[in-house]
Amino acid sequence: MPAEFTFPDNAAKAADAAPEFETEKMSLSMGPSHPSTHGVLRLQLEIDGEIVTKCDPVLGYLHRGDEKIAENMTYNQFVPYTDRLDYIAPLANNVAYAIAVERLAKLEVPPRCQAIRVIICELARISSHLLGLGAYGIDVGAWSIFLYTFTEREKLYKLFEELTGARFTTSYTRIGGLARDVPAGWNDRVLAFCDQFLPILDEVLALLTRNKIFMDRTVDIGVISKADAIAYGLTGPNLRGSGVPFDLRKDAPYSGYEKYEFDVPVGTKGDCYDRYLCRGEEMKQSVRIVRQAIASFPGGDWYVKDARRIFAPPKEKILTSMEELINNFMIVTEGPQIPAGEVYFEAENPKGTLGFFIVSKGGGVPWRMKIRSPSFCNLSILPKVCVGTFVSDVVSILGSLDFVMGEADR
Amino acid sequence: MAVIPVERKPLSLAERTYLPQIAAGLKTTLKHIFQPTVTLEYPEQRPTIPPGYRGVPTLVFDPHGREKCVSCQLCEFVCPPKAIRITPGGIDPADPAAHVEKRPQEFEIDMLRCIYCGLCQEVCPEEAIFLQNQYSMTGYTRAEMVNNKQKLYELGGTLPDAHFKWDKKKAAEEHGNAH
Repeated sequence: MPAEFTFPDNAAKAADAAPEFETEKMSLSMGPSHPSTHGVLRLQLEIDGEIVTKCDPVLGYLHRGDEKIAENMTYNQFVPYTDRLDYIAPLANNVAYAIAVERLAKLEVPPRCQAIRVIICELARISSHLLGLGAYGIDVGAWSIFLYTFTEREKLYKLFEELTGARFTTSYTRIGGLARDVPAGWNDRVLAFCDQFLPILDEVLALLTRNKIFMDRTVDIGVISKADAIAYGLTGPNLRGSGVPFDLRKDAPYSGYEKYEFDVPVGTKGDCYDRYLCRGEEMKQSVRIVRQAIASFPGGDWYVKDARRIFAPPKEKILTSMEELINNFMIVTEGPQIPAGEVYFEAENPKGTLGFFIVSKGGGVPWRMKIRSPSFCNLSILPKVCVGTFVSDVVSILGSLDFVMGEADR
Repeated sequence: MAVIPVERKPLSLAERTYLPQIAAGLKTTLKHIFQPTVTLEYPEQRPTIPPGYRGVPTLVFDPHGREKCVSCQLCEFVCPPKAIRITPGGIDPADPAAHVEKRPQEFEIDMLRCIYCGLCQEVCPEEAIFLQNQYSMTGYTRAEMVNNKQKLYELGGTLPDAHFKWDKKKAAEEHGNAH
């Protein structure tokens, strides 16, 4: 039985609205396959007329036991599973996971690898926010936004496909490096994408930002105060929309983010409109980071050289040298040799901070892995923020939180 | 650290009438009407597949027609969804590739399980398994979706080889300096 949530302020507002018209409360199941819920989330609403008096999110429809799966395979074998956490931005998950294990192994990847990781993380952020924006447009009744953002997303997918070999399930990082180097001319194509993307982004945002219908659906809807946002553990654009300037890329830089100059957009009111504005601005900042990373793109290796028991030798060597062949077999069958210890690493993903807590007893398999997914924590605010709103506003709030159930249920 | 508050301006009187938005929206729509289409008439038109694409996993022959797989079963081991099943077998001594000693007797990849991650290709010490540019697999039954050895070689074909490691080994053995 889920806990009973009572919040005096909102509940009182709902109850005091018109006591003489108080009617029997109705229970409404929203989802798990409702067109306006993102993924398979079920909201058990209790409504009084049009006003929501209670909201219980029911999670777990997409649970696959990823944390347990991780205990049963080597570190590199788990990379494809990280694609399936936040499947809107798989590259960012790959990077977060690889850095977590590398922190545990105390490995330092070369600058070229770091720069590639920053570029793909920011492209993943753009791709994720584009989908979030498009889907949010549909949620509040603006269809054309979705078509324009998806056209841009397709261009990004072409770039991902060329880089990683897959559009969606990228599986691009390895412990101590990447699956492969960037193809020739890829950076130029990324720059070309950035150049044509900004005007289109402005065009798309112009359709919503000053649109009265959109503003009626979002301004002052789903207001999350600064204190609440922190108390409920919100992260990412949802936290920054409430005015907390917390961004791990600035506050605890990883993968060389300290080298790049960018701004952190924050909201002032914490309503749906602020969260939308923050996402729009973040995409522009991501383009800035990508441009800087490509302008100062380092040469050299894209994998660690001095980690013979962690990163597999190059194919050339495996085919010609017996030592390297044996090494390859050892790394694949026993897994990358990670020392005993534990580590917690969080990365600023498009949806918020994705954290990996890994306990290793040495060897190639984690003893325990905990995944702190931003979507799961962001959803925890729903019972609070939905109370006292209209049923149609619940849809608007859900869209503005921009969560992915693959990650929330993992 | 640069923190920028996002800009929120109240709507002007003109904007509250919806009219500027309608005009701007129509302008955007008109602009896009006259731009080239971004969609493909699949399956008549096919997307271009970039090199290095991770499509259906296949087995390949070397340019001399030898099966490159030596059934070391490393791909079977690494496959995260356990889609690969290999039955190792010997090679007939009369065969020109007899010095390789092993080849798969049967090699099955269950395409209902395969997640196209490419780890098999990455770990293969013989460059025998490749994810090539085939991306559309269909079938009427579950059995049809299991690619057996014959099907895998049909899909894979022959790929160039930069090393010919087994030919080199044979030549070295014939000169009496094996290993």
